[in-house]
Amino acid sequence: MSVVFFLIGIGIIVAGGFLFAFIWAVRSGQYDDDYAPSVRILFDGYKDEPKPEDQKNTNSGKEKIDEEKTDKSINNKK
Amino acid sequence: MAIEKFTYDNKLAKSFAVVTILWGVVGFLVGLIAALAILWPSVSMEMPFLTFGRVRPLHTNAAIFAFVGNAIFTGVYYSLPRLLKTPIYSKILGWLHFWGWQLIIVLAAVSLLAGITTGKEYAELEWPIDILIAAVWVIFGWNMIATILNRRTRHIYVAIWFYLATFVTVAVLHIVNSFELPVSLFKSYPLYAGVQDALVQWWYGHNAVAFFLTTPILGLMYYFVPKAANRPIYSYKLSIIHFWALIFIYIWAGPHHLLYSSTPDWAQALGVVFSIALIAPSWGGMINGLLTLRGAWDKVRQDPVLKMFVVGVTAYGMSTFEGPLLSLKSVNAISHFTDWTIAHVHIGTLGWNGMLTFGMLYWLFPRFYKVKLYSTSLANTHFWLATLGMLFFAIPLYFAGFTQALMWKQFTPEGYLKYTNFLETYTQIRTMHLLRAFGGVMYLTGAVLMVINLIKTAQAGKFARYEEDQAASRESGNHGAETFHRRLERKPVTFTILALVAILIGGIVEFLPMFLIKSNIPTIASVKPYTPLELEGRDIYIREGCYNCHSQMIRPFRSEVERYGEYSKAGENVYDHPFQWGSRRTGPDLAREGVKGKMYKPDSWHYEHFVNPQKTNIQSIMPPYPWLASNDIDVDKIPAKLRAMKKLGVPYSDAEIENAVSALQKQAQGIAEGLRQSGIEVEDQREIIALIAYMQRLGTDIGKASASGMTSK
Repeated sequence: MSVVFFLIGIGIIVAGGFLFAFIWAVRSGQYDDDYAPSVRILFDGYKDEPKPEDQKNTNSGKEKIDEEKTDKSINNKK
Repeated sequence: MAIEKFTYDNKLAKSFAVVTILWGVVGFLVGLIAALAILWPSVSMEMPFLTFGRVRPLHTNAAIFAFVGNAIFTGVYYSLPRLLKTPIYSKILGWLHFWGWQLIIVLAAVSLLAGITTGKEYAELEWPIDILIAAVWVIFGWNMIATILNRRTRHIYVAIWFYLATFVTVAVLHIVNSFELPVSLFKSYPLYAGVQDALVQWWYGHNAVAFFLTTPILGLMYYFVPKAANRPIYSYKLSIIHFWALIFIYIWAGPHHLLYSSTPDWAQALGVVFSIALIAPSWGGMINGLLTLRGAWDKVRQDPVLKMFVVGVTAYGMSTFEGPLLSLKSVNAISHFTDWTIAHVHIGTLGWNGMLTFGMLYWLFPRFYKVKLYSTSLANTHFWLATLGMLFFAIPLYFAGFTQALMWKQFTPEGYLKYTNFLETYTQIRTMHLLRAFGGVMYLTGAVLMVINLIKTAQAGKFARYEEDQAASRESGNHGAETFHRRLERKPVTFTILALVAILIGGIVEFLPMFLIKSNIPTIASVKPYTPLELEGRDIYIREGCYNCHSQMIRPFRSEVERYGEYSKAGENVYDHPFQWGSRRTGPDLAREGVKGKMYKPDSWHYEHFVNPQKTNIQSIMPPYPWLASNDIDVDKIPAKLRAMKKLGVPYSDAEIENAVSALQKQAQGIAEGLRQSGIEVEDQREIIALIAYMQRLGTDIGKASASGMTSK
């Protein structure tokens, strides 16, 4: 039974470590920008999409064009 | 700003992906064997390594640590360099991690089937493998943290935070739960006993689910779902809240696995409160994942990757709603020890972990091989087989869980148990178990289709091992001296962490044994240590994995006290290294098996039952254990076992240890003599004698107390 206190101790150490990490993260400006990081991960410097016939299975031609458009518009933002 | 060019090496991630698929199929197959072994005990073909008690730990370990484990590493080694814009810190460490982990898996498979086990669920592996796991885990963490320190991006993306929490917490859990005293290379006793062991074990067990099956997969979700949908996560702010809230709450919920057991009430209540609180961050995460796809549902219709992610994230939401529900004491009174638990964990593993992994693999392989996926329709078929397979698995088990729990608790109007024969309550749910196995076949078939699909994809393309990327260096803009300075300040951080870990381990090793052993003084005076023969029988009980089907914990309900006898007391387990309370009653509870009451069976019954359970009841689903009647007890190890127990605080006297072998032989002779009188041909030194001695000892200690006029409270 007394092991509960030991576990609580360990739990507090782990949680304390997390708390420390949290404070560090906030102070060092990790969360100053809470939008851009989510977009940044979408861009890599190499060609990611397995081309050329990527869209082959799309059933209608219209959707295909739409998708290409959105792809382009995202690329332009970059 | 200086732009630097660098290359990602995909080989490590690809290798982890390949073994993920391999161990996944193995894990599902072993699960199917386990499901069939429950339905037809003859599946074991009288071979020890095919009995449910040994197959089930292999299944759980393979699914968790081999399948999901390798899937996590696949995702981490692929996403981490890309998120941080730097190659992995060390390829050598990466490959050590890879081969080390595969070695652990092979050793685990061999040792578990051979009956080498600690008898603690999800932590069954023996001490040499435990040490290896710790070493490989540290290599993984070292490589990851060093990569993070090398990063070119200032910001650390949320997925990486999830990976970090996984590393830190799993390390602590594994070390704390694995304190054990080796007796030989293949046998050890845990430091903790009884209630202590139960609390540590389920603190570990719960957090293994939290930090091995949840947080790393959430990290994968935050990388692969946006990537596959090609749009940012719905709310990055929510993901930050999700992360911190989740990890702070998760580590306190462990005791919800021990509701109504002989653990302190306040600890149980603590576990319940935190479990309920967990709904909020969990659902925040689910919603964040699903809403990422807003405006992209047309893509979900066509892309099997996104379909799998949607079902996976939904399953995460469902099981994290169900978990808190099961933590409510009133619900747990029904669900615990039944198939409901099994259904719950499979929504988590088949749905959440499995689907996320499959989706990730279907997304990765075309990118590894720079070619389109071989067949989208085959992947869609896999999607449906997996989704329906999961439902065919879980729904019958929900039904079975309710049915059996209600039958256990059913009284006649006269106040007697309605279903006195435990087997009746199993026979009733057998059809559900058939359906469950069918669900398993569907899920496995889907996985086989994936293997074909991915092999064909790989054959069609050429593996693109290296991918070039570029980013601004993080130091650029500062003067050159800064680099050195940064390196310097990096060292104290590492040093502090290492020092802290060293202090922690040192401190724990120093004070823990003393502290725990002192508390092992029994509060019930009549509770005595096991005799050498009973101890040996207990080790055989652990080896055969009896705890996988039989609990040893009578909860304080009228229906249970009526069926099994006086409810279990904390003081009864003080010498139990490890505790054997179990978590599922596929067979009846054994906590009071030796008590001479309604449930009592003579030695001869036990003998017949072990050798051929179907002889005592044709419908029995227990596999036969004929080798127990032909294997001899390993007498040489007995004194070492007693000495180890003494070190752990079990009060054996020196004389008892010295005379252990003769005491064992004497007791065995008595039991064998009795058996021979009832017409059973058996020799004194057989393992079955030890197991019978253990059975007849179970739960009898407090009876002696009340017989001699003492209270057993």
